[in-house]
Amino acid sequence: MSRLAYRAERTFAAPHAHGDGSVGQTMFLVQLALTPATLFGFWLYGWPAFFLWTTTLVSALVFEFFCLRLMGRKAPGRALADGSALLSGWLLAMTLPPWSPWWVGCLGAFIAIVVGKQVFGGLGQNVFNPAMVARVALLISFPLQLTAWVTPLPLVGAGAPGFVDGLYIFLGQTPLPDAMTSASLLGFAKTELARGAELSQAFAAVGAPQVSWLGVRAGSLGESSALLIALGGAFLLGVGIIRWHAPVGVLAGTLIPALIAHALAPERFLDAHTHLFSGALLLGAFFIATDYVTTPATAAGRLAFGLGVGLVTWVIRSLGGYPEGVAFAVLLMNGITPLIDRCTRPRILGRTRGGEAIAAVGKEA
Amino acid sequence: MKTLVRDGIWDNNVVFAQMLALCPTMAVTTSGANGLGMGLASTAVLVASNVLVALIRGVVSAQVRIPVFIVLIASLVTVVDMALNAWLHELYKVLGLFIALIVVNCAILGRAEAFASKNSVLASLVDGLAMGVGFTVALVVIGLIREGLGAGTLFAQASQLLGENFAFLETRLHERGGALLMILPPGAFAVMGFLLAGKRVLDTRLEARAKAKESSEAQPAPAQAG
Repeated sequence: MSRLAYRAERTFAAPHAHGDGSVGQTMFLVQLALTPATLFGFWLYGWPAFFLWTTTLVSALVFEFFCLRLMGRKAPGRALADGSALLSGWLLAMTLPPWSPWWVGCLGAFIAIVVGKQVFGGLGQNVFNPAMVARVALLISFPLQLTAWVTPLPLVGAGAPGFVDGLYIFLGQTPLPDAMTSASLLGFAKTELARGAELSQAFAAVGAPQVSWLGVRAGSLGESSALLIALGGAFLLGVGIIRWHAPVGVLAGTLIPALIAHALAPERFLDAHTHLFSGALLLGAFFIATDYVTTPATAAGRLAFGLGVGLVTWVIRSLGGYPEGVAFAVLLMNGITPLIDRCTRPRILGRTRGGEAIAAVGKEA
Repeated sequence: MKTLVRDGIWDNNVVFAQMLALCPTMAVTTSGANGLGMGLASTAVLVASNVLVALIRGVVSAQVRIPVFIVLIASLVTVVDMALNAWLHELYKVLGLFIALIVVNCAILGRAEAFASKNSVLASLVDGLAMGVGFTVALVVIGLIREGLGAGTLFAQASQLLGENFAFLETRLHERGGALLMILPPGAFAVMGFLLAGKRVLDTRLEARAKAKESSEAQPAPAQAG
């Protein structure tokens, strides 16, 4: 098909304009934005993280191909090349503990692609964010493996597992030594609070995880380096892949209640700074809450969606049983996205909000 | 008679084709033994209610039939409930809550209304049995899949239900435990969905094969003609 014919096919009656982008292009730019944080994660957590990431992505592609074949789609290879399955797998890999065994990535990719996406009809049809569905399903199913965070052991540093040792960890043959596992910051805060300790004292103690911009600390690929994730988000904003509404909503939804609560009861609630730089808040704000498929269509709707995600995240982190709540919050808000869309329906061109036709201006003259 | 059996177990299966009785299906199928117990109890009620409804179908007028059916089913469920409590107390402790819910199992009222009130006693008996077996099979299959994936066992505690002679059924697949999610409600929906999809694929394939066979029988193969 010539390019011209392709364009003509997409041209509808005014006032629609074709953006001239493709799904593949968008997915590629998002992946580009994720690359710095991912590479930093490889450096920080070594070979096992790389193996897990590769497995998750490859399995996502395999499951996508298999589903497309099963559904009788023509040219499944071409549909695969749009990169949407790759991105889902990538986002999932960013949220897993970097030293998880191989089957966590593989099973996660299955849940994300088959249960989270293809069951609903494939690209553009899914109700819930596939990566978050998989993340939550894994967390509920395997709480032990999904909370085994390792202390960062930079690839070049002493004590880091080499290629072969990394392979063993990845295959689940080597149990993680206790010295290497460590609580993530939010998990640490939750445990200390459950013990009845005051937060300020807990964080002053030796061995408490510290907040860090750069991210040399325990966590998943997508939460360790807040700086690089934020840079990726800024890049996406810059090239116009995402708009500001959802990210701002998410950040405001978490930080405003965090500020208020911390000011009122600092011994009980974490400060806004900690909330911002720990857990998957930034990844969620820039990469998850901006998903085209599972979030509202209008600007006001996206802002409301973001605020909801942020608020639920803060509630789960501060008052709930789990230390981290971004994935749960995103799924909950995905569920009410159709409702938000209904409430923020835009005005039809040439009509008032009530649906009355607007009288032509200047006709009287 | 053959159609009745086939209908109950496959073509018109309570769970996989009629999509009835999903509440007990989702709730009790956390293990194979639970599914089996619930299935058998429901089958007993279903057979008895079908027979009774078929017996009184000439006497009850159309206007009051539904209340009459419900009173009948409720009495039967109470009998089963008490019988289980008396003789299978261990199982009763597991299933107790759900036994009372057999009353509102729409499959039972559905069969009474759709089949037993229009057919002979014998046909209703066979229908109730076939539907009950179909329901039991569905529950056991879902239960086993969820149990196997979620807890790593098969038919755990089956001996409580069937007696010590059946202890050999209890298998442990692996020691590591399993995906907790499969035991929780979402697991039930996921397993159910995949089984439904599988049945549809199978049915479509069988139909296509039957059609191909029919057409090849109607027209002799061109190779022979030429």
